[in-house]
Amino acid sequence: MMATPAEEIPIEVHDLTVAYQHRPVLWDIDLCFPQGQLIGIVGPNGAGKSTLIKAIMGLVPLASGHVEIFGQRSRQALRSVAYVPQRESVDWDFPTTALDVVLMGRYGQLPLFGRPRAKDKEIARQSLEKVGMGDYADRQISQLSGGQQQRVFLARALAQQTRVYLMDEPFAGVDAATEKAIVTILRELQAEGSTVIVVHHDLHSVPDYFDHVLLLNLRTVAFGPVATTFTEENLNATYGGRLHLLSDVTERLRQGEWSARKQAK
Amino acid sequence: MKSSTTFENLPPWLEFFTFPSVNVLHVLLGCIILGVSAGLLGSFAFLRKRSLLGDALSHAALPGVCMAFMLTGTKNPVVILCGAVFSCWAGALAIEWIVKYTRCKEDSALGMVLSVFFGLGILLLTHIQKSGQAAQSGLDKFLFGQAASLVERDLYILGGLGLVLCLIVILAFKEFKIVSFDPDFAQAVGLPVRLVEFSLATLIVLAVCIGLQAVGVVLMAAMLVTPAAAARFWTNNLSRMLWLATLFGGLSGAIGAYVSYLSVKMPTGPWMVVAVTSIFIGSFLFAPQRGALARARRHRLFRQKTAKENILRTTYKFAEQAGRWDTPVSLNELLQHREMSTAQLRRTIHRLTRAGFIEETHVGLLHLTEAGKEEAERVTRLHRLWELYLMTKLEIAPDHVHDDAEEIEHILTPDLERRLLLELEGELTDPHGQKIPGSLAVVAEEKRRK
Repeated sequence: MMATPAEEIPIEVHDLTVAYQHRPVLWDIDLCFPQGQLIGIVGPNGAGKSTLIKAIMGLVPLASGHVEIFGQRSRQALRSVAYVPQRESVDWDFPTTALDVVLMGRYGQLPLFGRPRAKDKEIARQSLEKVGMGDYADRQISQLSGGQQQRVFLARALAQQTRVYLMDEPFAGVDAATEKAIVTILRELQAEGSTVIVVHHDLHSVPDYFDHVLLLNLRTVAFGPVATTFTEENLNATYGGRLHLLSDVTERLRQGEWSARKQAK
Repeated sequence: MKSSTTFENLPPWLEFFTFPSVNVLHVLLGCIILGVSAGLLGSFAFLRKRSLLGDALSHAALPGVCMAFMLTGTKNPVVILCGAVFSCWAGALAIEWIVKYTRCKEDSALGMVLSVFFGLGILLLTHIQKSGQAAQSGLDKFLFGQAASLVERDLYILGGLGLVLCLIVILAFKEFKIVSFDPDFAQAVGLPVRLVEFSLATLIVLAVCIGLQAVGVVLMAAMLVTPAAAARFWTNNLSRMLWLATLFGGLSGAIGAYVSYLSVKMPTGPWMVVAVTSIFIGSFLFAPQRGALARARRHRLFRQKTAKENILRTTYKFAEQAGRWDTPVSLNELLQHREMSTAQLRRTIHRLTRAGFIEETHVGLLHLTEAGKEEAERVTRLHRLWELYLMTKLEIAPDHVHDDAEEIEHILTPDLERRLLLELEGELTDPHGQKIPGSLAVVAEEKRRK
């Protein structure tokens, strides 16, 4: 029962199940992310938070279910979402500058064999300025600190000039000044009407940073505005008790090497 | 009349450069192009940490080369190339299947495929040689390469293909770059990552196969990896690194062709590898920032700076205790307080005198100059500021901060010094009860500037 038409829902997840080596990591996730909100995703380690982001971006195979971006299921639709992966996903020894990395955010707009134009370089520079890294444009990425690397990733997402942002633990291992700077930028994005979804690792800052929160542990425990959803009861359900029966069933699945679910249609 | 005979009877090592026959030119050009394309494509294998894969694939090409000959009876370069490429791809697929369907990881899969395919190739090669066919005498050259066997036909086909490979890399540069750096993000912005990775793998296979005749199956891996590894020492910029890798590859190819001209029986592959490895060693030693010599020099300069600052500080300390900044201090007193040999101390004193910080009044007796006093105050200030910082902000016990400050005082920049002063403004007496020299003046200056 949808109040909003499909084209206006930035991301909708239907019955999503993801399994890794026959062991389910996400089970039957069904969500409708509202537009123009700052949404945090929290849960214990191994809860599937990163996997959910990757599943939405089509980076991991789905055992069942599907994802819609503004009502579309095509790969083209993914270009409307700016993805900020974890810092560890990349080798920072790669010979390239900060500006070069941000410029890669424009590649989605360029044709095959096309070179970045002056306009793209300008957008990249402005994105670096917005995250406070304007002076570091020609710096080698291996010489950047953790916080600076995170800002470069954020600038790359800004350079895509979209309305939906998916971020995987942007505050992990980052200094306090950078964290404040990033939160400010996220709030500005939200004020402009963008939807920002962030996998977050620190429970204490959830009420300060986010409007909505998704409590995730293999399945959706709760999802909604922070005020009503971020309760002790829900937190206990997320971080506390184990689903013993489900664990035993999934262990049988893993050992027997049977498929977790029927393939998505 | 001597002029018409100047170009005859030259020793071979000079004669090469006059290109006595067209074939010499063919061999030279062919080897250069092979070196260039191997260096270029090898850089991507290097950056994606797939260098070992290049080695396994080049070994895996051998059975394909043999079978192509056995099936067609010719050594037509197109036929041999097709056989090599087919065999390479079979090897690549075998590696993927082993990783996917067994418990073996990639390193064991690579080892298995490399040895099994190569062994099979040697079997076939031996069989061919025993069968005594006239045309087969060239096939064993594919083990270690023989550039002299390159003829005009080979140059057009292999060389032409090599140029096409380079052209494709130039065209698809940004796609290869983003897929090598961050394939997840590349997919997220809608690039066809699997297609790009497949293309890159194909280009690498082709670069390997066209080089087999000149470099040989066994050593081809070196021509893929070493140019890129050498180039990495010189630059942090991807484009420049690729240019350098192609330069190094091409140069090594040329040197291989040269050696092949001088001694037709000599296999070319090892000589190309010696050339490119020499370039690598040269890069390792002499590259400006990352080279070993540059680093050793930086360390040496830092040690000298440390020694100079330590002597200044100790001299200043003596002066402070005696009450006059130009109190004379003896070498022996310095030696008692600082762990260095007499020779090191003498050298340091010499440098300090040259810099105008110290004056030697009598033999073995020295005192600070005006400039030396200011410099000594600066270093002492840094030392005591750092001790204060550790004590007040990190709450480390007073008797534990000295050693830390001994090290850190030499690396604090003026900018860090300013920040320390502003942060510790309220507490400008150091933990041992001494005033921090010059600090109040600097803080006042900072405030005035704001």
